[in-house]
Amino acid sequence: MHFVVTIDNTGETFRCSDESNVLQGMEQLQRKGIPVGCRNGGCGVCKVQVTEGLYTKRKMSRGVISVDEEASGCVLACKIYPQSNLRVEVVGKMARAVLAQKSMSFDFGFATATVINQPDEEK
Amino acid sequence: MAVTGVLRPGHVALRVLELEPAVKHYRDVLGLEEVTRDDKGRVFFKAWDEHDHHSVVLREADEAGMDYMGWKVDSPATLKKLAGDVEQSGLCTDLSWIPAGEHPATGERFRFTIPTGHVMELFAEKGIVGNNCGTDGENTNPNPWPDGMKGIAPSRFDHCLLYGDDLDGTVKLFTEVLGFGLAEQVMAGEDKSFMIGAFLSCSNKAHDVAFIRQPVKGKFHHASFELRSWEQVLRAGDILSRTKTSIDIGPTRHGITRGETIYFFDPSGNRNEVFSGGYIYYPDKPTITWWDVELGPAIFYHDRKLNEAFLSVFT
Repeated sequence: MHFVVTIDNTGETFRCSDESNVLQGMEQLQRKGIPVGCRNGGCGVCKVQVTEGLYTKRKMSRGVISVDEEASGCVLACKIYPQSNLRVEVVGKMARAVLAQKSMSFDFGFATATVINQPDEEK
Repeated sequence: MAVTGVLRPGHVALRVLELEPAVKHYRDVLGLEEVTRDDKGRVFFKAWDEHDHHSVVLREADEAGMDYMGWKVDSPATLKKLAGDVEQSGLCTDLSWIPAGEHPATGERFRFTIPTGHVMELFAEKGIVGNNCGTDGENTNPNPWPDGMKGIAPSRFDHCLLYGDDLDGTVKLFTEVLGFGLAEQVMAGEDKSFMIGAFLSCSNKAHDVAFIRQPVKGKFHHASFELRSWEQVLRAGDILSRTKTSIDIGPTRHGITRGETIYFFDPSGNRNEVFSGGYIYYPDKPTITWWDVELGPAIFYHDRKLNEAFLSVFT
């Protein structure tokens, strides 16, 4: 069964099977929008806030998703499987890059990287 | 000068989210040998050409990343001396002795936390299980490689790249206390005086451990395993695609160390590398310097630019 995933930040949509995780669904269609990191629940780069819809999930690293975050729908796109249409907002540490990529003006000096990379989960 | 003092990276202990998928990855895809499991549920592996009992340790946890990295030193006397030197340096915290046998077939380990927040260990003794190449007894009339290898089958655990904040403190520890040489450095700032990357060798390898300055503590970028040719790196790429393993980048070449490489992820998002090549390092070899503006080709020599994932994706 397929559902529609909408990325709030950019308005992009893609169809995703309930047997694929949201990141995999996006990558299979050669779509961008959610930053891709390890794809395996460890790095936190694909962190999204689910703003609407139902999903099932698999284990994700506590180093990047706290218990409270997980409970409030702040999860990793690589570890959630849609059970209805979904709306997600990209909030991971490369979120800024999503918009930068969209304007095709992506610049990657080390200093910029350091700023992008401030780990918001380690406050 | 013979290799003395700290000999080599002896083990890396990694946390994985689910044990069995991780075992399948490290055993069947990467192609390490599963040596044993212990009563704490940890799984111990070695690469085929390593003689010591184990070099990779996995345990299931809620958080991915590295627990610690262990270094084999040349003797129990050196272990005692270096433990004293580390303590005297005042650079490390949480110093402790882990009793013999806590890792199977391993002597006592001296454990400490370095300025970048990583936990390191020194040990002198680990049981020898051999590489299974001998035809008339272990190490006698050996074949060049053993039967029954699976997956990519690197010859050894080679090095780690780690991210942390106090790079200066960690480099001081490794060079002034533990006897490493600085093979390569990445320097930033107008007068190129601010170190952002350090590639350190305790041997003839281009690096045994590397650190990149990032505003984090104790983070893990990758554990690397050695292959013997560029062709084997390409074959690794084939195996990773065949097994639908998450690939980060490559096959390509690093400017730093000249190594040929492919980066990929274990099922918990810990980055692995297999690589070949590099040069022979000697303690009197001049340090290679890269400028931050050349960081693109320094890291990925063919793309000539850093991808976002290199700096942002770590566990």
